[in-house]
Amino acid sequence: MNTAALADLCYRMADDELILAHRHSEWTGLGPILEEDIAFSSIAQDKLGHAQALYAIMHAHCGEPEPDVAAFMRNAEQMRCSHFVELPIGEYDFSLVRHFLFDAAEYVRWTALVESSVEPLAKLARKIHGELKYHLYHAQTWMVQLGAKGNEESHARMQSALREAWPYALGMFEPGNHEQALIDEGISIGEVATQERWIATVTELLASSTLEVPSSTEAHLGGRKGYHTDHLQPLLDEMTEVYRIDPSAEW
Amino acid sequence: MIHRQSGNMTTHDVYAALLAVRDPEIPTISVVDMGIVTNVEVRSDDDVHVTMTPTFVGCPAIDVMRSDVEAAVRGLGVAHVTVDVNFDEPWTTNRLTEAGRAALLKHGLAPPEQFETLTLKLDVLNNVACPYCGSRDTDLKSPFGPTLCRSLHYCNACLQAFEGFKPV
Repeated sequence: MNTAALADLCYRMADDELILAHRHSEWTGLGPILEEDIAFSSIAQDKLGHAQALYAIMHAHCGEPEPDVAAFMRNAEQMRCSHFVELPIGEYDFSLVRHFLFDAAEYVRWTALVESSVEPLAKLARKIHGELKYHLYHAQTWMVQLGAKGNEESHARMQSALREAWPYALGMFEPGNHEQALIDEGISIGEVATQERWIATVTELLASSTLEVPSSTEAHLGGRKGYHTDHLQPLLDEMTEVYRIDPSAEW
Repeated sequence: MIHRQSGNMTTHDVYAALLAVRDPEIPTISVVDMGIVTNVEVRSDDDVHVTMTPTFVGCPAIDVMRSDVEAAVRGLGVAHVTVDVNFDEPWTTNRLTEAGRAALLKHGLAPPEQFETLTLKLDVLNNVACPYCGSRDTDLKSPFGPTLCRSLHYCNACLQAFEGFKPV
């Protein structure tokens, strides 16, 4: 097994899940209605679990540190998350659109990983695949509610959030340093194929929302190489505050 | 399931002990009826290995259940108990036993229906049978509830909000 390539893939996925879990959890207690508060909190909890499971695979098979250490002891330049997940939660329209575009990508990614040559990853994929249906279902429901079934303002705000999010969303598919090895060894289908399937999925899911799929191909890159937005380090500082004070703390 | 026996301890004894271990989030159901115990291996009277799998990958109750399972097996006088949590046999709601489904209903939770894992369409959530009156004239209010494994519904027949155990 090419452990360097596997770690490269898992860090990109796990760091995205970890950072977006933190962003989603910022809605806890502040959601516009109780059900949405619960939904974002639940999705955050799921994503945190997915990140932990990926860090555990790297710990078991790639010689990487324990999940808590991997999650809490790296600086921004050591993180491999995309810029998309780093952005602040913004208004609810942006958070919903990010949730939709990200979970569509997750769904495509994990569906493909069911066939991965790395058995622990394929087993985890079979499990996570079922959970993601709920994330995507929730996101799509709101795209339709605020798109086709909303009013002029909600439609305009969702369309504008989609345009704003799009270049960042495309940044999710920035490849790492082992792209060809991942494809050659059947570990993943690669970022080009993932992006193609994602655009097809997003287009299909948005069809009933009357929202337009942006056509821009500009992408915000750098995250997968350790270059991040200014939003990431403050998030890491907040997320790791307790761990840095007392790594053995239980709560 | 491996039934390797030696001495007097059997896998049946271990499962019987595990029936007393409850899910802390739904105390009417045991970890066995929940289907999260995927294997019990009795290596000797003093050496038992249990394998578990969480309902959801991020389930926060799994660590509590893991230590409760370990304590329950130790309670049988077994000195060496190991509990492994993995995804080798992933949990789906199809793993719930009949007793488990009845326990959910008793807790006021609509039990999930059997389904084909990879082809599950979430439209089924729109007409979940109400745990109070049995009507299928119900609406899904949110696919997320008070715990990761539950959804929120409303019954148009008896005008009650209720929670369902979501198929996964």
